[in-house]
Parts: sequence; C-alpha cells; structure tokens
Amino acid sequence: MTAGDHGPLTRLAAGVGRRTVAAVEIFGVYGALLGGSLYWLVAGPRQRQPVRLGSVILQMMEIGVRAIPIIATMAATIGVMLAIQGIHTLKLFGAESRVVIGIALSVTREFAPLITGIIIAGRSGSALAARLGTMTINQEIDALDAMGVNPVRFLVAPALFAMIIMVPALTIFSDLVALFAAGVFVGVDLGISMAAYIDQTIEILNTDHVMHGLSKSAIFAVLIALIGVANGASVSGGAEGVGRVTTRAVVQSISAIVVTDMAFAFLVTR
Amino acid sequence: MGAAVEYPAPAKVVEVSDLVAHFGSRLILKGVSLDVREGEIMVIMGGSGSGKSTLLRHILGLERRTSGTIRLLGEDTSTLNARQMSDLRKKIGVAFQGGALFSSMSVGDNIMLPLHEHTDLDPTTMEIMARLKLEVVDLAGFENLMPAELSGGMTKRAAFARAIIMDPRILFCDEPSAGLDPVVASALDDLILRLRGALGMTIVVVTHEVESACKIADRMTLLDNGEVLFTGTVDEVRAHPSERIQNLLNRRAETDTIDPDEYLRRLTGEDVDGGRV
Repeated sequence: MTAGDHGPLTRLAAGVGRRTVAAVEIFGVYGALLGGSLYWLVAGPRQRQPVRLGSVILQMMEIGVRAIPIIATMAATIGVMLAIQGIHTLKLFGAESRVVIGIALSVTREFAPLITGIIIAGRSGSALAARLGTMTINQEIDALDAMGVNPVRFLVAPALFAMIIMVPALTIFSDLVALFAAGVFVGVDLGISMAAYIDQTIEILNTDHVMHGLSKSAIFAVLIALIGVANGASVSGGAEGVGRVTTRAVVQSISAIVVTDMAFAFLVTR
Repeated sequence: MGAAVEYPAPAKVVEVSDLVAHFGSRLILKGVSLDVREGEIMVIMGGSGSGKSTLLRHILGLERRTSGTIRLLGEDTSTLNARQMSDLRKKIGVAFQGGALFSSMSVGDNIMLPLHEHTDLDPTTMEIMARLKLEVVDLAGFENLMPAELSGGMTKRAAFARAIIMDPRILFCDEPSAGLDPVVASALDDLILRLRGALGMTIVVVTHEVESACKIADRMTLLDNGEVLFTGTVDEVRAHPSERIQNLLNRRAETDTIDPDEYLRRLTGEDVDGGRV
C-alpha cells in the first residue's frame, strides 16, 4: 500500500498513534529525570559526586526566598477575595458568621497550594526552562558532560530538591498570610475579633486539611521542576527557541497543576 | 586512506574505525576511520556539512553512533558504563566552539569547576591552579570577571584554561579560530602549539580554516561529505594530486582574494559548500 492509499481514518489513527507515542516518551523523560535525581542523591556521595548542598540552598533562595513578596501579596489578595465572596454568598442565607469555615478550608485545601504553585511555575519553572535552554544552546550541557560532570546531578537534582522543599514551605506561608488577611477583612466587615477568628479557624482546621494542601504542593513542585527541565533541554533554534520552550514550560506546568489538583482532590476525597 | 603515514608510531590515543552516524534519517558519517597518536596535533579539517563537528561529538561520546568503534586512550567507549565514561572524561579536555563557559559563574569558578567536581583539593590550591592555567593562556588577573565581560578571543582562551585544568592527556578543540579576527586567531594557533610544547598533550583540532590547520597540524585528516578524503602531514596534503583535496585546500586562498560574492555568502553564513568547484 502506498502513501496515497491512506484514507482520512488511517491518517487520523496514525496521528493519534504518533501523539500517544510522543506522550509516553515525555513521561519516560520525566521518569528518567526524577529517577536520575534520586539516584544521584542516594548514590552520588559514594561515587564522590554528591548533589551539592550549596547548589540546593542557592536554588532554594532563588525559588523560595525571593518569591516571598509576590506570594504574600497574592495570598493576601486571595484571602480577602474569599472573605468577600464568602460573606456575600452566605448573606443570602443569613449565615455570614459561618464564613470562617469556608475560608479556613478553601485556603488550606485549595487556594494556597494552587496560587503558590501557579506563581512558582510562572516565576521559577520558566526561569529553569530558560536557563536549561540557554545552557543547551551554548553547549554548556555538552561541556558538563565532556568534563565528566553529570548534568542531572549538577543542574536538575538541586533545582528539583529545592522545589520540593520550598513549594510546600511557601504554601504554609501563604496559608498563614491568606488566613490572616481574610481575618482582617472579616473583622472589619462582620465585627468578629481577630482572637475569635483565630480560635474558630484553629478549631476547624485539622492535620488532614493542611496535609491535603501540602501534599498537593509537593506534587506541584515535582511537576514544575520536571516540566521546566524537560522543556529547557529540548530546545532547538537559538534565542527564539528558548523563548518558545519557556512559554511552553509555563503553560504546561500551570495546566498540569490545575489538572493534578482536580485529580488529587477527587482521589483523596473518595 | 591507509596511504599516508610513515611516522614512528607512538601509542594511539584516539582510534575511530568505520564510524557511521545518522542525524535523524540523514547519513552524516559514512564509515570514518581515524587514528590520533600520543603527543601529536591532529587537525580534522573540512567545510561545513562535512561532518567534522559530528565526528568530534561522537569521539567525545556526546552522540549515539549507528555503527563503528571509538577507542579513547585504549578504551572502547561503547563498552563503558556511565561511571567509567566519567572517569575517562577526566583525562580529556574540551574547548568548545563558543567557549561554553557557564554564564552564572566567574571565569575563575568556571576554570575551577572540574577541580571542584573531581578532586578534594583545598580552595587555595584550586585557586592557584586556576591562576596558573590563566597565566598559560595569557589571561592572568581575569579570574573575577564574568564570561559576558570577555571578548571572543578571551572567551576561547578561558575555555582552553578550563579544558586543561585537569592536565588532560588529550585536548579537543572545536573551531578554535572561528569567529575571531586573523590576529587573534593566529594568537590562538600559537597558544595551541605552546600547549603541546609546554604540557606535552595530544591535541585534536576541528577546523575549517586551512591556514590555521596548516600552521598547527602535525597531521591532518580531510573530511568531506562524511568521508575521510586523506590523512597525512601538511606537506603530504599539499602535494596530493587529488583535485578534490586541492579544491578543499585552495578554496580558502581563493576566497581570501577579493571575491565580493563569496564574502557576502560568508557574511550571511552560507559559507563553505559553495567552494566545491
């Protein structure tokens, strides 16, 4: 059969097949990056090629500490937004005072991890993709390879571990900021004192709620790092290519975060 | 190609035989064989698209070959595991075309990186060694600059300093004079000769610059269209009767005389393939 004999159905099937193979391939890349990073963390010291603590701390500064102002601003905004919407909605039933439950649960379970993940994806996922992309184009990755330094150990593992530590840490931070900001608004709007608000919040929240958010944020961290690295490393075509993979990394990681968020919530609440 | 050599043969440190390589479905190297002997400067020369850079990437183990064998310092690279390969790579140095310095690190940190990663030396010793190598490449005092602050020639010299920091047995240089003005390019050629003289290392240079190749080479391998045309000393290459080889050699001389079209082509990056007459 020649190429001309293929009908539209065959072409469609071939297209689906190709995309499926590509998708499986991408998961293979993610798996290899994650496995490689863990391997170097465990086996690196024995081979006298450890994952450098200094590099991890440097990345933690870049990914985490420098993101504090923007995370604080966004978390506070989300907290106030939830308070406004909550009070407005509950007013319909005359149950405004119940707003604290809504705020406490939605901040810790949903909004704090989500907003943190999205900001880190935009800020550090893109930076990671751009850095890896530029390094690939400048042959810096080849240079590492050629000098016997494994790029996964040297570049990927520090970023991944810094991400896994800092995204949950920032999520706790945004939990606190969002809850506090919402408390201030609730206090002004409904006249509930901050002490009473805090008491109620602590009563409502248990470890499960907080851990639900934190576990998700750790998964987001892995997704952001792997998607950033895989896109950066797949760059082709110079500076324009770097721009392209950076954009792609951000879009893919935010999409992955939102989809994972839904899937995680579905599975855990069954 | 066996015709060439009457050298008293010291050990072969690079042995490539029947290397076949594809890029996607395109055949790039069509059974390339090549030996480099200890202590010599071997220049792999060819135009763009000749496969010389691909050949270098294969020798360095950065690409997966289709078939053929590559032995580096006597070891068949296809049989080595990642750890053995990493150990082998500590004995070679590579100066990449654009320098490939890490832009986030100072020149000094760039040069010390292999020491940091592969040795337990104390920081002071590493700094002294880095300064020593910077002296060798005439960049003394530049260790605190960032790569972005260096000129093209300085970047290449810094890349040389990093490549030789571990005192490698073989130094590979990818297009050392590409993108440089003739004076700086010639200074780099002198540096390569000096490195071999002072440190006694084997040097493999990949270039398309005929003049530079003739100046530094002990032996040359001419590559065209993924095939080795000839391997021999500079005199043997110059005296070779083959028209293809003479075209390859003389192209440069022709373009050096005033030929506005060729000059424009070179500026627009269409460069060398047009030279095959």
